[in-house]
Amino acid sequence: MNTLSYFKDKLEHFRITGNGDGLHAIRKNAIDAFTSLGVPTTRNEEWKYTRIGGIFNKDYQFDVRPVFTAKDLDDVRLPGHEQSNELVFVNGVFSSELSTIRSSGLAVLPLEQAAHNEYKDIVAKHLGHSSQYVNDGINALNTAFAHGGVFVEAKKGQVEHPLYIYHVADASDGNIFAQPRSLVYVNENARLQIVETFVTIGSQESFTNHVIEVVVENDAHVEYYKIQGDSNRASQVSTTHIRQVGKSYTHSVVISLNGNIIRNNLNVIFDADHCESHLYGLYCLENETHVDNHTVVDNAKPSCFSNELYKGVVGGDATGVFNGKIFVRKNAQKTNAYQSNKNILLSETASVNAKPQLEIFADDVKCSHGCTVGSLDEEAQFYLVSRGLSKQSARALLLQAFAIDILENIKPEPIHKYVEQLIAARLEIDTL
Amino acid sequence: MPCHMTKIHTSYLIKQINVNEIIMLKIKNLHAGIEGKKILKGIDLEIKVGEVHVIMGPNGSGKSTLASVLAGRETYEVTEGSVEYLGKELLEMSPEDRAREGLFLAFQYPVEIPGLSTTNFMKTAVNEIRKYRGEEPLDAVAFLRMMKEKMALVNIDQSLLSRPLNEGFSGGEKKRNEIFQMAMLQPKLAIMDETDSGLDIDAIRIVSDSINKLHTKDNAVLLVTHYQRLLDYIIPDYVHVMYNGRIVKSGPKELALELEEKGYDFIRHEIGVAEEA
Repeated sequence: MNTLSYFKDKLEHFRITGNGDGLHAIRKNAIDAFTSLGVPTTRNEEWKYTRIGGIFNKDYQFDVRPVFTAKDLDDVRLPGHEQSNELVFVNGVFSSELSTIRSSGLAVLPLEQAAHNEYKDIVAKHLGHSSQYVNDGINALNTAFAHGGVFVEAKKGQVEHPLYIYHVADASDGNIFAQPRSLVYVNENARLQIVETFVTIGSQESFTNHVIEVVVENDAHVEYYKIQGDSNRASQVSTTHIRQVGKSYTHSVVISLNGNIIRNNLNVIFDADHCESHLYGLYCLENETHVDNHTVVDNAKPSCFSNELYKGVVGGDATGVFNGKIFVRKNAQKTNAYQSNKNILLSETASVNAKPQLEIFADDVKCSHGCTVGSLDEEAQFYLVSRGLSKQSARALLLQAFAIDILENIKPEPIHKYVEQLIAARLEIDTL
Repeated sequence: MPCHMTKIHTSYLIKQINVNEIIMLKIKNLHAGIEGKKILKGIDLEIKVGEVHVIMGPNGSGKSTLASVLAGRETYEVTEGSVEYLGKELLEMSPEDRAREGLFLAFQYPVEIPGLSTTNFMKTAVNEIRKYRGEEPLDAVAFLRMMKEKMALVNIDQSLLSRPLNEGFSGGEKKRNEIFQMAMLQPKLAIMDETDSGLDIDAIRIVSDSINKLHTKDNAVLLVTHYQRLLDYIIPDYVHVMYNGRIVKSGPKELALELEEKGYDFIRHEIGVAEEA
């Protein structure tokens, strides 16, 4: 049976039977949405440069038990894990056995459970909000299959350790189609760092259709980091939806290094006055990797500030896509919104498609956007080489210099160092 | 024929006074251009170890092209001639190897590189040059010690060196940063391309003092400049006048004063006369 008909059968079954948990209503809507929208094609403007139809033409193993164990986890852990909270999803399903919670400031429970207990109002209010912004079949599919997801609450005050979230695809015995789902609720005055990463093990292929929704209350401070360095047999559509419902601060850094097809949706919604958000991204690509960053900053309320900087270094046959949208709603006066996308192409066969979009309905705002695509500056290379540097290390130093203003925004020290090393390895920098 | 007499006299003197006079750079009939346009049309120049030479000339005469060709800038194409540098064929060496062999170009327009500090840049450069020479890389302590020593020598502030390379530097700061790099790399032949341009009098004095400190009997300096004013502070052994891709006149330091006084028109006039004769 092919993948699409598997989903259709399964969804039909869901629709009829339901399963009585608190997520069923939202699931039902999503089933209808997926049925009418289907898998996005390049005819959809939002998917113009990213083709994912091929992913649905493959066969996947849906009901095998993963063999991934705690021992295997040791191989994929991020640096600094000894001092962090770790949430582990295997094949899209949250595993409490593999997860470790060290901070008393965090409550972690299955999403289905949260939908029934004292968190049910929060879940009802915020789960699925992203579908208003990512209105496509892929997002609906995740919601339709939302099971085995996780709910996280950050209580008031500093959450002592960062929250690492691993998305493991155990493709040892077959192709894996994983759909992890999380809802993170950050209370008033809470401070939280989130680090998400994706790992495929085994020799088969994986597709991860990922959605995380983060709700940020008054005076809260959230840092969000996404690191994508998976194998080139791994594809992802990854939606990060940050909704600032009180005057708050958020900061995100998305690092994409490796993979087959990667589509990131990052939405930042200012649903309160005086919110602030900084959005950074770095894609450093080679081979045939395709990375598409779609970002939305929605100024739904006045007096908010956003600054966005995405940078790309694209070599080999790789493709980068940047689509950055800024909405300024009619009542969102005094908005400050800045956006910049800079790209360096390293080969003749690499390509970048960049599309900044501003939709401004208020009249007292400051907005800017800019975009550059070019090759490495030859004059700068000659300057470095004329001091005795090899062409290779001149190139590496220049690219490192290009990336540095993204990397310096990765605040957790072990992660900062780790990403710096990954970038250095990609740029073949001798560590002197 | 007084000219002929002088020649014999000079070579006699060389043999007499210094058996150590080593030729640093010998340019023979150098022709070069860019995108089919001829710029250098037969340059001959010889620089010995310990000497300071100045090339002057009006805008567009090819001074900066000569500096760039010597440093190995690949946008220029050499069509004829040869350049011998310490006994090696310079034009066959890559730009990085020229630098590693002790050739240094102080840029007329130093490049701004956001994200790269001078310190980090120099650490990489010093260690790549050491590697080329078969020496161990300097560790952090030894490198810092060297930095401090050279900073004091050329009178540059640490804060400038921690900032992104040349980004937002004033004209004077950029040129001082070039001189600092020269101090760090300790070249055998330093080519200074319009190092005085864009500098006020105080900055010229500071930059000149540093060049004088860095110049020893074991290295050589080639200054390329449009104005005579740099020569108030740096005393050259030879002054060459470049015009239309050729060195049309060479002489002692007084030649610079003559140029300052009479302007470049006097050269044009002289060449005109010579061509007629």
